[in-house]
Amino acid sequence: METLYLIIVLAPLLGAIVAGFWGAKIGRTGAHWVASGGVAISTLLSLYVLRGFISGSTEVFNGSIYTWMVSDGLKMEIGFLIDQLTAVMMSVVSFVSLCVHVYTIGYMAHDEENWPNDSLAGRNSYQRFFSYISLFTFSMLMLVMSNNFLQLFFGWEAVGLVSYLLIGFWSVRPSAVFANLKAFLVNRVGDFGFLLGIALIALYCNSLDYVEVFTKIPDLAETQVHLLGDTGWSLVSVIGILLFIGAMGKSAQVPLHVWLPDSMEGPTPISALIHAATMVTAGVFMVARMSPIYEFSETALSVVLVIGATTAFFTGLIGVVQNDIKRVVAYSTLSQLGYMMVALGVSAYAAGIFHLMTHAFFKALLFLAAGSVIIGMHHDQDIRNMGGVRKYMPWTYWTSLIGSLALIGFPGFSGFFSKDAIIEAVHHSSIAGSGYAYVLVLIGVFITALYSFRMFFLVFHGEGPRDHHAKSHLKESPKVVTVPLVLLAIPSVGIGYLTMDSMLFGEWFKNVLFVLPQHDTLAELGKGLHGPNSMIAHGFMGPALYLALAGLVIAWIIYTKMPGVAESIKTRFEPLYRTLDKKYWFDEIYQFLFAGGSRGLGNTLWSKGDRFIIDSVIINGSARTVVRIADWARTIQTGYLFHYAIAMILGLLLLLTWFVIA
Amino acid sequence: MLALTDFLMLGAILFSLSVAGIFLNRKNVIILLMCIELMLLAVNINFIAFSHFHGDLVGQVFVFFILTVAAAEAAIGLAILVVLFRNRRTINVEDLDTLKG
Amino acid sequence: MTFELFTFYLFAAILVFAATMVITRKNPVHSALFLVLAFFTSAAIWLLAEAEFLAIVLVLVYVGAVMVLFLFVVMMLDIDVATMRAGFVRNLPLAILIAVAMVVEIFLVIGSGSFSLENFASPPALPADYNNTRSLGSVLYTEYMYPFEVAAVILLVAIIAAIGLTMRKRPTTKYQDPGKQVRVRKGEDRVSVLKMDAED
Repeated sequence: METLYLIIVLAPLLGAIVAGFWGAKIGRTGAHWVASGGVAISTLLSLYVLRGFISGSTEVFNGSIYTWMVSDGLKMEIGFLIDQLTAVMMSVVSFVSLCVHVYTIGYMAHDEENWPNDSLAGRNSYQRFFSYISLFTFSMLMLVMSNNFLQLFFGWEAVGLVSYLLIGFWSVRPSAVFANLKAFLVNRVGDFGFLLGIALIALYCNSLDYVEVFTKIPDLAETQVHLLGDTGWSLVSVIGILLFIGAMGKSAQVPLHVWLPDSMEGPTPISALIHAATMVTAGVFMVARMSPIYEFSETALSVVLVIGATTAFFTGLIGVVQNDIKRVVAYSTLSQLGYMMVALGVSAYAAGIFHLMTHAFFKALLFLAAGSVIIGMHHDQDIRNMGGVRKYMPWTYWTSLIGSLALIGFPGFSGFFSKDAIIEAVHHSSIAGSGYAYVLVLIGVFITALYSFRMFFLVFHGEGPRDHHAKSHLKESPKVVTVPLVLLAIPSVGIGYLTMDSMLFGEWFKNVLFVLPQHDTLAELGKGLHGPNSMIAHGFMGPALYLALAGLVIAWIIYTKMPGVAESIKTRFEPLYRTLDKKYWFDEIYQFLFAGGSRGLGNTLWSKGDRFIIDSVIINGSARTVVRIADWARTIQTGYLFHYAIAMILGLLLLLTWFVIA
Repeated sequence: MLALTDFLMLGAILFSLSVAGIFLNRKNVIILLMCIELMLLAVNINFIAFSHFHGDLVGQVFVFFILTVAAAEAAIGLAILVVLFRNRRTINVEDLDTLKG
Repeated sequence: MTFELFTFYLFAAILVFAATMVITRKNPVHSALFLVLAFFTSAAIWLLAEAEFLAIVLVLVYVGAVMVLFLFVVMMLDIDVATMRAGFVRNLPLAILIAVAMVVEIFLVIGSGSFSLENFASPPALPADYNNTRSLGSVLYTEYMYPFEVAAVILLVAIIAAIGLTMRKRPTTKYQDPGKQVRVRKGEDRVSVLKMDAED
């Protein structure tokens, strides 16, 4: 099995290397075949592993492949921990990645139009793109398959790097360069916390191996650390919160969410793959993986819960006023990530992972559908310019509808099960902040429906595109684009219905996710439910479903029946609209506070520190001091022999006196 | 009986006299050189005395070397003095201040 | 008071007197001669301390060579004694003060009894056939071989330095250059044949 796991990881890496270094030689076709082929191998093998776990024929694997170094007993290794959670993640990552690879063949077909003529960076950009997404698949697989914190961190940083490369893929666009820098810097903030958390674990457990750390954590539950002053902090809480800061950066939770909307500057396939389906869920995966740590700290869980709920609600609100099709989906992603965090916060790790999985499918689907529309609209992304696309792009229309219904949690669709499970888990939880979270996630459901179908109706219904030129060219995208849409639509509909029982309430995650009995909200929830049908029936009794339907209906009324209403609401609630349109001024505040602050700090250090203290005081100052002392000291040197003689004799006398006295 | 203290006191008096001499004759390089010879003589007396009272010949070996070096020093010092006088027409120390900072 | 002690005090008194004269005489020639006296008396004192070889060396080298050199130089140079003496009286108090302070301090150290006869007994007189020169030589040429060689080099350096410093070439003086003389070749250097018109 070890070889099998190695192949899963290394096949995409091989594809990335071949497509990256020999892209010019093997050409476009060669590049997309070798990259997609590597990922296809991974997908097939991952699904094989997953099937093995389902049938029970595969054992949990935990072992190291290679020892990098051993320092004072602290082993740094590369190893795999393959269990049910990993198998799910591997399958989701490689499957979505494969769909994106295929889709990219269509989406990037005319990439040379995106580059200026004779641009050096634009040469072989197609091959480079494939190299990057294959490299991403490798990094993400390394991350989820890791059995130790070092490799986790490696994968964590590697996906961050690829994300940086891909957001700024069109490096001739200043906005893209700005966005990738922003993503990178904001992620650094999170990674700093993440690294500190890992360092604390290494310090107290003297091990980086998951299983070893997890066995030691219960003994450390009462340990206090002194951070600032004499106040004692619970060690586990500190570790949990620090690790979660890393997750906040990677999974774009408030207040480190600002990079994700800007990351839409990258090509749409990677928005689907990295910034919706996989990389941004790394934080969720990590927290679920660390459940044995988080279970021992209610403080950390509460932090996760509150941050998650805040993200889920407030970023969803922004989505309502966005006009860029990709940004709407991006804010929806933020909001859904918030939901996953909420699930983790109430110890419903299985629900979080379940939502991660369903979300990966339908959000990738929505992104790819949006990309398909963008192809049709010749890279115009403003939804106000669209409309009536339904007639021209039937495949895209129907798959989008499936994605949107899954997103809002329409009964029977995959999103329904995962989201309902989260909401009910919050309802059953008694952890601090769960009341706040419950209200926000409930309203969030309404808002999700509102923005999803606002976009849906604006894009696909109503009058045709305003621009007649665009209208005349509007046609369904090629097969390589629509096939992945269909491939993704199938799990978007069915995966929830099929797997919900075993994943949420069954044995699937029993030995993987650790939940203390007093936190086990899912078990409590599961008592009254028997199978997916009973969950659907139960859904009709809760408020969430009606809120979602209300959002759908309101969107339908406002954006198809009474087009003027939106404008009048906008003018009526001008301050609110402006707040949302400006995204609560997060960017402005960060620009002013951190960017301006560091620029100010830099200026101060330059003018005061460098020019004044170092240049004037230390360098020229020391030189001047030497000159001044020397100017004075040279007057001692009279040049008269007897003065030197007298000085010598006086010194001798002094020495003598000292000897006599002492 | 002749004690070590007697020799040492003689050396001390001689040394102090030559120090006083340096102060008194601070302009005349020749007398300064003589005072230095006198100082070395005082030191040598101490060496000889210690050698005698310790019954150790090494003190006398040292005196031998000091005499050698002092002779060499006197020869070179006087040579410098001659050259100096040839060039400046004076050996007044007050006129010799080219070392002034 | 034994004879030995008497002799020591006598020579010590002469030595101190001579030293005082060295530093106070106006005429440098007198100073030099008093210095000769000082060396003689201290040679006598060294004899009392059974350092016969060094006593003789002091007389031979210092009195015979170094002091003669001093006298030479003093007489060779045209020294204006009056300007040299300026400030003598002004410096007297300071000189006395420092000298006295020094003597007092040294006496404090050596007069404390550490060097008295109790701690340093007077050594027994050496036998009549004891040869100071031989025993000094046997130490010097074995144990202190290298320092001795170095001392020889120092003297050589002093000789060369003294000659190098004082030697000068006047442009008008005629010298022989043996090097050039040796390098002369037969023929062109010795004889040159000139062609010239016959003169009347």
